[in-house]
Amino acid sequence: MLRINGLTVSHGAIRALDGVSFSVEQGGLTAVIGSNGAGKTTLMRTLSGLKSAESGSAMWNDHNLLHGKPEHHVRQGVSHVSEGKSVIPQLTVEENLDLGALWRRNSSEAKKSKAEAFELFPRLQERRSQQADTLSGGERQMLAISRAYMARPQLLLLDEPSLGLAPLVIEQIFQSIRHIVDSMGVTVVLVEQNAMGALKIADSGVVLNLGTVAASGKASDLIADPAVRTAYLGF
Amino acid sequence: MSQFLDMALIGISAASIYSLMAISMVLVWRSTRVVNFAQAGMALLSAYIGYELVSRTGNFWIALPLAMILGAAFSAFIEFFLMRTLLKHSSQGPIAAIAPIIATLGLLGVIHAVIGFIWGHGDILLEAPLSKVGYTVGDTTLFIAPMGLFVIGFVIALLIVVTIVFQKTNIGLALRASAYAPEIAQLSGVRVSGIRTLGWAIAGAAGAAAGILQTVNGTGSITPESLEFSLLLVFGFIAAVIGGLESLPGAVLGALVLGLVLAFVQIYISGTLVFIVAFLLLLALLILRPQGFLGSKAGRRA
Repeated sequence: MLRINGLTVSHGAIRALDGVSFSVEQGGLTAVIGSNGAGKTTLMRTLSGLKSAESGSAMWNDHNLLHGKPEHHVRQGVSHVSEGKSVIPQLTVEENLDLGALWRRNSSEAKKSKAEAFELFPRLQERRSQQADTLSGGERQMLAISRAYMARPQLLLLDEPSLGLAPLVIEQIFQSIRHIVDSMGVTVVLVEQNAMGALKIADSGVVLNLGTVAASGKASDLIADPAVRTAYLGF
Repeated sequence: MSQFLDMALIGISAASIYSLMAISMVLVWRSTRVVNFAQAGMALLSAYIGYELVSRTGNFWIALPLAMILGAAFSAFIEFFLMRTLLKHSSQGPIAAIAPIIATLGLLGVIHAVIGFIWGHGDILLEAPLSKVGYTVGDTTLFIAPMGLFVIGFVIALLIVVTIVFQKTNIGLALRASAYAPEIAQLSGVRVSGIRTLGWAIAGAAGAAAGILQTVNGTGSITPESLEFSLLLVFGFIAAVIGGLESLPGAVLGALVLGLVLAFVQIYISGTLVFIVAFLLLLALLILRPQGFLGSKAGRRA
């Protein structure tokens, strides 16, 4: 279970997160929505150890997410796909995948993860020896998610996977995320600007506004909530 | 014909030493975004250490790899204790970008002083382990000698090893990923700070080999003030920039171009023009192709 309590994070003089508290059940998909500047990306970067918090706590089961570097959290089962197609363009598709499992000692298990990733996104297998900068935006996002999946995460933090993609591709990526949750037992926190799309596939949702939690609850309840609808879903 | 062959071989043997220097500059730049001016001092120090090891073991073939290992250790030490501390404390403010570079200049001075303190300011002689008398073909004596051929062969062997390590091993993948996109590497579980130190260590080994080979392939005599090491730094740096500063194959290509052009100038025009031509080449490249032969326009991501 992910428990976040009173999390406060600043960028210099600007307070990006101000006492954020919510929790996420094991094995579900939680969408974190909110407008630009609501603190969604800051939340992700804090949970993965890229950004340090001022106060509050964030625990993944018994593991303190506010202590230690990202490479440490990855080893504890927490993987983060940062905003904007987080792949390394100069490496091949397969190298990007292998990178995600470098730290794992057991190479036969890493191979198994790779086979699963290829099963999830067959397109990546076709392009395994191509350099990542030859991929389309959607394929890059598939690669970024697969790279994180190679670390065999228990908690997967996804920051705006739909950014800049065509609706059909978004649909496909969202279905794959749902599949990762349902079939592979991974808990996913999905940050999205595309609020409606994210809430539709999510089990629960958190609405961030100016660094605080404006609403949270079951995804279907949030979709039905008139205040959330007018402010974030646009109808 | 023999003059042309001489030119090519002089060019290639010079290029092989420049390429080692260029590779050290590139590795340090890629891993920490620092232009390491101290590399000239580190190469000189390695030549002195090589001299010390040869006089103690009596065997150049033991001294060379040993000096490379010590060069790697010294370079890793500098990264671990000096650069990390510096980056941590000067990560903000107006001098953040140049503080580490200024520090390498300071380190260069310190290394020169320490060398003078330990070995004195007079000449020392690191003798070549192989003959430097050129091969004879028919009735002409070529410039190239067993020593020069060894330099070329040794550097090619090192380049092959470096290529295999970078392209085919897990460590190599971690080194490349950390260089291109440190944040993504970190998020993938790579211990980026350790990989940085490793990058410096490999650079130190390459720089040590450059220092020793430069000395034994030249006159063999060095002083703490030896000008040739500053030249080695400048030419290594130019080669690295020609190649795009990010790319290892680029650094080797840059060194080859620079070595051959300078050898051509030296033999067919005049030795005094070498420096000017080197800079003209650099300037022309910076204007015509600022990203270098093999540099990417994208540069590095966060």
